[in-house]
Amino acid sequence: MAHHRSEIPVLTAAEAGLVGCRHCGRVSAPGTSPCPRCGFELHSRRPESLQKVWAWLFAGLVCYIPANLYPMLETRFLGTTTGSTIVGGVVDLAHHGAYFVAAVVFIASVMIPVAKFLVLGYLAWSIQNRVALSRHRRTQLYEAVEFIGRWSMIDVFVVAILAALVNLGIVMGFNPGAAAFFFALSVACTMVSALSLDPRLLWDMAEGTDPE
Amino acid sequence: MRHEALTPGVDGDDELIACTICDALHRVAPMPHGGRMRCVQCGTVLLRNDIRALDAILASAAAMAILVISAVFFPFLRISASGFSSSAKLTDTARAFAEGLTAPLGVALILVIVVVPVVRAVALFYALLPIRLGGRPARGARKAFRLACELRPWSMAEIFIVGVAVALVKVGGMATVSFGPAFWELTLVVLIVVLESYSFCEKTLWRIIDQKSRS
Repeated sequence: MAHHRSEIPVLTAAEAGLVGCRHCGRVSAPGTSPCPRCGFELHSRRPESLQKVWAWLFAGLVCYIPANLYPMLETRFLGTTTGSTIVGGVVDLAHHGAYFVAAVVFIASVMIPVAKFLVLGYLAWSIQNRVALSRHRRTQLYEAVEFIGRWSMIDVFVVAILAALVNLGIVMGFNPGAAAFFFALSVACTMVSALSLDPRLLWDMAEGTDPE
Repeated sequence: MRHEALTPGVDGDDELIACTICDALHRVAPMPHGGRMRCVQCGTVLLRNDIRALDAILASAAAMAILVISAVFFPFLRISASGFSSSAKLTDTARAFAEGLTAPLGVALILVIVVVPVVRAVALFYALLPIRLGGRPARGARKAFRLACELRPWSMAEIFIVGVAVALVKVGGMATVSFGPAFWELTLVVLIVVLESYSFCEKTLWRIIDQKSRS
């Protein structure tokens, strides 16, 4: 369905010498800012969009390394304390037979962050290079990344709840590990990275260079 | 009676809208009630003509504020094992991060679970309720709605509830868990967020605010 649409030659606001607002869609004359309708800063294309995407993405990637090396959760049981990393926690869950929950945590804490790094990097790279994926496909990737990124926070919340709830003196208890901090920071950085990407840049490529 | 909200006229017949995803330029055409206008190039929904969406947003904002605030005051989970028992309130989860490197996380946690959802709800109410009642937007309505839009990705009460479910499975084998009222309140929040995300069309709402403040 979408592919038939791309056959129609379409005039963009930029080609018409106008500026479309990224937030409310209002069309203004160039030089207008902020947008008279919504008050957000008005740019035809967000300036330095790609630099911001790369910078936040890199920051998120750097935070993701200690997030995986330090323990996420420390378990106190009868006087002994053991720490488990993100992946260690998933393995523990699977050992206890909670395969579904293990899968949820694995998807939220490992698959989604890694996929986000790859997709955001790919999208930013695709704006400057010829790529095989169509603009429609890349827009779908962009929307998926923007939608799903927040859900990576699940594991941080799990740690917070466990530490607050399970505090039965010396018998049993949980403490948050340093990884929780780095992981939350990593998720926040990649969220800002996704928000910095101006999707209109994905569509600016001339029709001839777009495969399909 | 307020169905005329989306018919063009304020800007004349030449009102244009640019797709916020691909920048394609469109002329705003009258839509049937309940209809939507999609971008011809990328298919993104540009405008919706459904005044009930305003009701859904206001209803979910009110429910969200009430539920999140009251969830702060009731315990949400209680566990017991081998004679010991403990219960947790929402604020305890933030206090769990009180020490060392994770301390800023406690503040962030209360922000994304409690403060941001409530501030967003209040801002939406302030910006949209006068319009729903048929009047002009309040002073600063644009600022309030802009705040609500900017805070949207950082409102995470519904993600927290999924986290609770995962945490329960983790302790399920070791202790008995019972649910407090705050748990069920937050579960309702998840449903409300789904409802809101379905009715929330930023471009349509901006256009309504714009038209109503000039009429």
